[in-house]
Amino acid sequence: MDMKEKSPMTSTLPGTEPAEAPLHAPRIDVSDEAKIEQAQALDPNREPKMRADDVSVYYGEKQALKDVSIKIYEDLVTAFIGPSGCGKSTFLRCLNRMNDTIPSARVTGTITLDNEDITSAAMDVVQLRARVGMVFQKPNPFPKSIFENVAYGARIHGLATSKPDLANIVEKSLRRAGLWDEVKDRLEESGTALSGGQQQRLCIARAIAVDPEVILMDEPCSALDPIATAKIEELIHELRGRYAIAIVTHNMQQAARVSQRTAFFHLGELVEYGKTSEIFTNPSQQRTQDYITGRYG
Amino acid sequence: MSSRAPSRWSDPAMHRRVRRRYIVERWFRGVGFAAVALSILFLAFLLFNMGSKGLGGFSRYEAALPIDFTRSDLFLDPATLRGPDAAQTVASADLETAISKAAVAAYGPSAGEMFGDAAITRLTKAILADPNMLGGTSTLWLPVGSKLDVAAKGDSDAANEKLVDMLQARHALRRTFNADFLTASDSTDPSSAGVWGALKGTFLTILVTMGLAFPVGVLAAVYLEEFASRNRWTDAIEVSINNLAAVPSIIFGLLGLAVFLNLMNLPRSAPLVGGMTLALMTMPVIVIAGRNAIKTVPPSIRDAALGVGASKMQVVFHHVLPLALPGILTGTIIGMARALGETAPLLMIGMRAFIAAPPTGITAPATVLPVQIFLWSDEVDRGFVEKTSAAIIVLLLFMLVMNGLAIYLRNRFERRW
Repeated sequence: MDMKEKSPMTSTLPGTEPAEAPLHAPRIDVSDEAKIEQAQALDPNREPKMRADDVSVYYGEKQALKDVSIKIYEDLVTAFIGPSGCGKSTFLRCLNRMNDTIPSARVTGTITLDNEDITSAAMDVVQLRARVGMVFQKPNPFPKSIFENVAYGARIHGLATSKPDLANIVEKSLRRAGLWDEVKDRLEESGTALSGGQQQRLCIARAIAVDPEVILMDEPCSALDPIATAKIEELIHELRGRYAIAIVTHNMQQAARVSQRTAFFHLGELVEYGKTSEIFTNPSQQRTQDYITGRYG
Repeated sequence: MSSRAPSRWSDPAMHRRVRRRYIVERWFRGVGFAAVALSILFLAFLLFNMGSKGLGGFSRYEAALPIDFTRSDLFLDPATLRGPDAAQTVASADLETAISKAAVAAYGPSAGEMFGDAAITRLTKAILADPNMLGGTSTLWLPVGSKLDVAAKGDSDAANEKLVDMLQARHALRRTFNADFLTASDSTDPSSAGVWGALKGTFLTILVTMGLAFPVGVLAAVYLEEFASRNRWTDAIEVSINNLAAVPSIIFGLLGLAVFLNLMNLPRSAPLVGGMTLALMTMPVIVIAGRNAIKTVPPSIRDAALGVGASKMQVVFHHVLPLALPGILTGTIIGMARALGETAPLLMIGMRAFIAAPPTGITAPATVLPVQIFLWSDEVDRGFVEKTSAAIIVLLLFMLVMNGLAIYLRNRFERRW
């Protein structure tokens, strides 16, 4: 089950028709990983999609995250790894300000999206969450029909001008999430009637239906079996290039398979951040080395 | 791990322990079954008691009465009864004496008071329907008075019993469905008393209660649960609401009297005031049930909606509230059922008045079914005994219909996740 064996862009998901006009064209060509890495190397100072500087999070008196600085690039998948309670999910939830919903949480430092400060009061948090979509640990489809699940975001943001338009968005999103062929004949059925893996892909379809720029995934496969996990991982490969992706995972193999950048968190600190290949083969920090070799965590 | 001897599962002491465990379990099951059986027994007794007493209230006896209109001194000219004033003309005639005379002529002196108000109403209608009958003698079936009705239904009353036997011997007595009981309003004469006025009053009152308590209660629950920040104020409000739900209902009656009648000068005895008073009483119940229902909506649904960029309002109204609705409706059913059966607070705001006409609106004087039952149970006339039970049956049916509707609505909105 090593996904690296298979070049993700040449594999065609069942139901994904490459000829289909995309909902929104791929923003960046990611067909050749080597080329990207080269571009990275050539231009290390290029603008990241999102950038966090000295971000700290407090829950009441307790500091959960200490001065984290990370860059998220739009053509790369960034994985956050680390033992439980290390703050990786907390950090992810800062990126679309989901921590706002926790009354005791306090965030300091700056986070920018396209050089726009998202922590400022002037930032419209509703719009931010449309631009920075999120997929949660446990599949959480609305107890509504499959169609309604995907259409909901587009509807509240007024992205569709007409009913056929909305149906179009739903179809494109479901296709992109690799779910269309499995559900096209039962769009009126409840989203909660799907299997766990299908539910999670439905949640991804729901997130991409609002045309986000960044997708945050909070351990999206932790509640899924290996086959469903493989499908989600393939999907992440598919989505790279259209969306900047940040993924929290407990599973180091998964981080190695899907990401190009890895950040290792420990006890609320960002221990190491760099190319996935380097983190896993030649980490510069002893703690990273210990974690990836399974000495703790 | 320890130096403890290995467990001996075949030990006699172990067997005893297992046996005791089973005995305790059987005993518990027995007690539980007995508790359920007891409550079913009580329910059956209640239904049987109400049914046996009350079903009589839905029927009444009618007696055949030959009336010779030419000798009745009614002074009614069939020709004048075709105009628009016919109803008034007939009403001004002394029908009561005419009936009494005819009864004496037909069944002897003891029959002089065998008919009551219901017979007069019936005769009025008959004359208006066919004025030509005034020219001769016709035999009409008229509902008998309350005393005779009670006697005919087997409640002993020597004088009337004899009359009943005589009428039955002459085949001049029959039992019919008492439609008046459902269409008439309160009356001092049990033979013509009905529940329609009280039923309509109940309906209007509950409508006002529902219209006020449901939206206010649900909105309060949503605000407290989803929007209000947790601080000393919200804690104080929560405690107050929990206490309000436990306040005796008569206190709410006093509050209604003081505020709605004395301060705001709203009409006395009106469904509007009754409904407002009951709404005060019901609202805390709905708030508590609503908050609990909202709490049971999984946070993952809120996260999901927030994650696609729904605003707080959209999260609440598109997702949380629809999912909480079954629970809210259950609370509302409980609150409404309590309001429906409430008597005490309504006595305080004057809904115990004798009102002989059904209310025309929410500000017209009215009474409600429980109060009507209370009033009838207090009456001296024996005819009201079965009316009381019959009214209880109507109230129970009304409750059944309302609860059935609410359960239907609840099941329609029920969703699983």
